[in-house]
Amino acid sequence: MARSTPERRRKTRIKAGFSVYYAIFLIFVYGPMFAMFTLSFQGPRGGVTFPMRGFSVFWWEKLTGPSAVGDIKSSLVRSLILAVIVMVITAIFSTMLAMAFRKKFRGSGPLFYAVMSGLMVPGVLLSLGLASLLRVVGIPPGWWYSGLGVHVVWTLPFGFLVMMAVFNRFDARLEEAARDMGADEWTVFKEITLPLITPGIVAAGLFGFTLSYDEFARTTLLSGGQNTLPLDINAAMTQRVQPTIFALGTASTIFSLLMIGLFIVIYTILYRRSR
Amino acid sequence: MTTLESYAKIAEAAPRGLIGGAPVVRGEDEIKRKYRREPGFPVPILIAPATMWLIVFLFLPLISIFIFSFWKTTGHGMTPAFSLEHYRAFFVTEGFFDPKNGDFLTPSVFIRTLWTTFRFTFTVMAICLLLAYPLAYFLSMQVEDFKWQLALFLLAMVPFWTSYLIRAVAWLPMLGRHGLINEFLLDIGAIDEPVSFFLYSEFSYTMALVQLYVVLAVGPIFFSLAKIDRTLLEAARDMAATPFQIFREIIFPLSLPGIAIGMIFVFVMVMGEFATAVVVYGGKTSTTGTVILNYYVIANYPFAAVNAIMLMLAMMIGVVIILRLVDIRKEL
Repeated sequence: MARSTPERRRKTRIKAGFSVYYAIFLIFVYGPMFAMFTLSFQGPRGGVTFPMRGFSVFWWEKLTGPSAVGDIKSSLVRSLILAVIVMVITAIFSTMLAMAFRKKFRGSGPLFYAVMSGLMVPGVLLSLGLASLLRVVGIPPGWWYSGLGVHVVWTLPFGFLVMMAVFNRFDARLEEAARDMGADEWTVFKEITLPLITPGIVAAGLFGFTLSYDEFARTTLLSGGQNTLPLDINAAMTQRVQPTIFALGTASTIFSLLMIGLFIVIYTILYRRSR
Repeated sequence: MTTLESYAKIAEAAPRGLIGGAPVVRGEDEIKRKYRREPGFPVPILIAPATMWLIVFLFLPLISIFIFSFWKTTGHGMTPAFSLEHYRAFFVTEGFFDPKNGDFLTPSVFIRTLWTTFRFTFTVMAICLLLAYPLAYFLSMQVEDFKWQLALFLLAMVPFWTSYLIRAVAWLPMLGRHGLINEFLLDIGAIDEPVSFFLYSEFSYTMALVQLYVVLAVGPIFFSLAKIDRTLLEAARDMAATPFQIFREIIFPLSLPGIAIGMIFVFVMVMGEFATAVVVYGGKTSTTGTVILNYYVIANYPFAAVNAIMLMLAMMIGVVIILRLVDIRKEL
């Protein structure tokens, strides 16, 4: 159907308006980050706001130097180890759960809501509950068990939803065919199901990794004596704020972006291969 | 009548169990049921690990909060008891029925904190909705190419995967007396001298929260808009509906479940918020989240637990209200 020219012009105008809005939205979401990037190169005598007093890597050197805020390197290592463990557990659990949910079973409703409530219960409540429970029992909290526990509670619903979506579009006839040809359950899973759902598993793991790596509220009371990176950042923030914190923030953000980029690349490759 | 339906009719009419009777055509339901009955791994094994994990790290903490809220404080810990003193403290301190306070009609200081938390949350939700809806609409309705849709959507969502503490810190250079917002307003001549109103104010706190959580509203609204059947819109257009009518009668009602889910996300996140208040608001006011942490730090665990329970109650009420307003079941 041919459209009259004025209407087409109006449509283009509306589209242009929305595009401008999208650009402004991006500035709103990313703007503060870029201000932070810039200010991390503040001169030695500059403060945490503009104007820039010269341009230097002074604060970056201070960050990597020995007198840095807390013990950044070991807290970074801790955060990474934690994120990798959370990633693996999230990927495995959400795959298993989603496979169970392909069938009807008793209690599936309550279990669904239980998994989802990990998304709804504020981190500060879980932190408080588990920390005071551990105190009563007499076990000191530690990032690699109590911290790990609540991190997985937080990341599991994301991974679970991803895997549910994957299995929604999954063609069960492929497995059926393999079974008809006499394959046992493990062979069906290993040869048919797993290769087809690998991109989904990677995506579920990605959620686990990035959400855990940045998680603060849920680790607050549960990391014991050793801080993870977000806790160190928070500690540095409650002291006198210096541009060092911007350097740290920039480094951490760039790292997050690299991880996301890496995962998107891996996902795309696996997705293409599974087609 | 489709072929399948006509076969089914014949199958129904034909006497069953006779050799040579018309083949019984399986309806779609039956085929589905058959697949569900397919072996696969046993369900108990699949759900056991995750269920155990949730019991230990989700339900035990929540139940212990409830139990501890009745315990007694010993100064450096707590002892088992059944006492309502902490609930009393929550409702009475500096407010209702407090003998030291002449004003009987003022709610207690902790109720007021909870109310402030809720007020901030509500403002943030409203602004998030206003900002997120046009964006989701643009991505789902105006961008036609699927690849571009996905790319632009991801670009808007990426900040969600970066540290929110750092995004909160990143507001400092924007807001101070020499912050970018002040400089900008000076440049365009809106103000004559820098105003200190931006940093450590309700305004900055609200803006920071909006920026931190708006992406949570964009996602669900985008998905519900993208799911709308385009032929509906085409049909409405053919019947000479104006764009505004189409929006009001079709697009908006169909996007309500997405709005509800997005709003629930923002609601629970901001209600439980505590770190941003310290960074951007200078700890000038407290949210219920900061109250909980403060009482934990001074080892008054039962009172922290009481505040946590009240927070949870407020959140449940809020979520139930949202669910009452919008039926999200068709979205799940």
